[in-house]
Amino acid sequence: MLIRFRDPTAPRPSEITPEATWHDRRRFLAGGAGLALAGLMGAAPRAAGAASPDAFAPLPPARPSALSTAEDPNSFKQITTYNNFYEFGTGKDDPAHAAKALVTDPWTVRVDGACAKPGTLDAGTLTTRSDLEERIYRLRCVEAWSMVVPWVGIPLSTVLSRFEPTGDARYVAFETLHDPRQMPGQRSRVLDWPYREGLRLDEALHPLTILAVGLYGRVMPNQNGAPVRLVVPWKYGFKSIKSIVRITFTPDEPPTSWNQSAAHEYGFYANVNPTVDHPRWSQARERRIGEWGRRDTLMFNGYAEQVASLYAGMDLRKRF
Amino acid sequence: MTVAPSASTRPRVRSPSGGRRRDRVWRVGVFLACALPLLTLAAWTVTGDLGVNPIETIVRHLGDWALRLLVLTLALTPLRHLTGSTRWVRHRRMVGLWAFAYAVLHVSAYAVLDVGLHGPTLIDDLTKRPYIMVGMGALLTLIPLAVTSTQGMVRRLGGRAWRRLHRLVYLAGILAATHYLMMVKADITDPMVYIFLLVVLLGARVTRWLTGRPV
Repeated sequence: MLIRFRDPTAPRPSEITPEATWHDRRRFLAGGAGLALAGLMGAAPRAAGAASPDAFAPLPPARPSALSTAEDPNSFKQITTYNNFYEFGTGKDDPAHAAKALVTDPWTVRVDGACAKPGTLDAGTLTTRSDLEERIYRLRCVEAWSMVVPWVGIPLSTVLSRFEPTGDARYVAFETLHDPRQMPGQRSRVLDWPYREGLRLDEALHPLTILAVGLYGRVMPNQNGAPVRLVVPWKYGFKSIKSIVRITFTPDEPPTSWNQSAAHEYGFYANVNPTVDHPRWSQARERRIGEWGRRDTLMFNGYAEQVASLYAGMDLRKRF
Repeated sequence: MTVAPSASTRPRVRSPSGGRRRDRVWRVGVFLACALPLLTLAAWTVTGDLGVNPIETIVRHLGDWALRLLVLTLALTPLRHLTGSTRWVRHRRMVGLWAFAYAVLHVSAYAVLDVGLHGPTLIDDLTKRPYIMVGMGALLTLIPLAVTSTQGMVRRLGGRAWRRLHRLVYLAGILAATHYLMMVKADITDPMVYIFLLVVLLGARVTRWLTGRPV
């Protein structure tokens, strides 16, 4: 088995895509030709940040994906020291310290609700799968900053299909671990714990939506939502729930934490949208972490081509 | 200035020149203490310790210290009443001016570094974002106080009018803390601490006023 170490001089996966994988990609290409081309061109190699991913166990080799962006990923240090993970404190640098003690092995995710075969997912098994993919995605926080993260994971649809959701399953609800002993932030009632998120079923099954088990080719650092988290790149970051312990198929729109906390500020959909401002600040521009100026925020975080059709006919000002 | 009636029991037999020298040492000390957060910021910039989002660190740090020094300024007069010593009040102008300096730097860092002097964003922020409008209100309230902070202006206005004008500092403090409260997403602990302190300090003043003692 070839274990890939990320060396600054080594070519990026997008530059060494094997032909077989390339063909495999074609089914994703509906409307994504430009993106794929950009992916092939690649970007200049770039050293990871000062903090090294070496302390984390390597994952099996992950296939590159046509859905990855060609933009330079943020450094490992940036991605792992600037986190919104209120279970470990409300400061951006809190999770990097406070999440160290979280025990992520063993870890099971209960899958239940409107499905024919409810059961469990073993997080450890997810990290040894041979069909892991690298997805280099933009991440846009509702606070108007953004990053590019090289996630490793599997499409959520691949994982969910074996539980056979029934016709009643119109939404998917997610829940984070609730354990104030391990998650000190849960001792204060900043949010109504446990953290809850939800997606419409078609959003959950969209090829862009993944369950991530790592980043930079390594297992997920605790502060980024170990051992398994959701990544929905066209929505504000808070939708991408971390450290998941339960997934439930539901007939109705499930309650979600930030919406419960401030419904007029955080909607259920929370699609990245530069034309709909947060009541307190503008969403038109964002600061990419590592850059000094601000750049324009893109509709659906630049994934409009893939996801805009999901919201055809919907008033995005009302259903923000 | 009226001195609190509760006389200090500390002997005050000290040669005038020695007192003046001690005063100067204190003054330099307070100046340096107030400058320290700014020096820290400069040091972090040099050592690369501003964190992953340096602009946010700079803007927040300057805003935090503007608010802290503002609260400290407001605490000095009640401290005089509490301790019967006038030494606190001697530094009130300097601490207040430092608070103003941090507020100006905070707003400058926001406008230049954060927004990049992008006109439409600035106009949007100043007309549509209540927390920024309230913060601007705090700064605008501080400007006349900073302008009239000199000995000459105290004379020109007359002590009574000057004192009345400078009560605006409470408004500035409340606006600044409200600005902070309106900005946070869910964890209101820190802004509530400032609001609590302001309420206590303002309460102490009002109590004194109601009991008929000179403020």
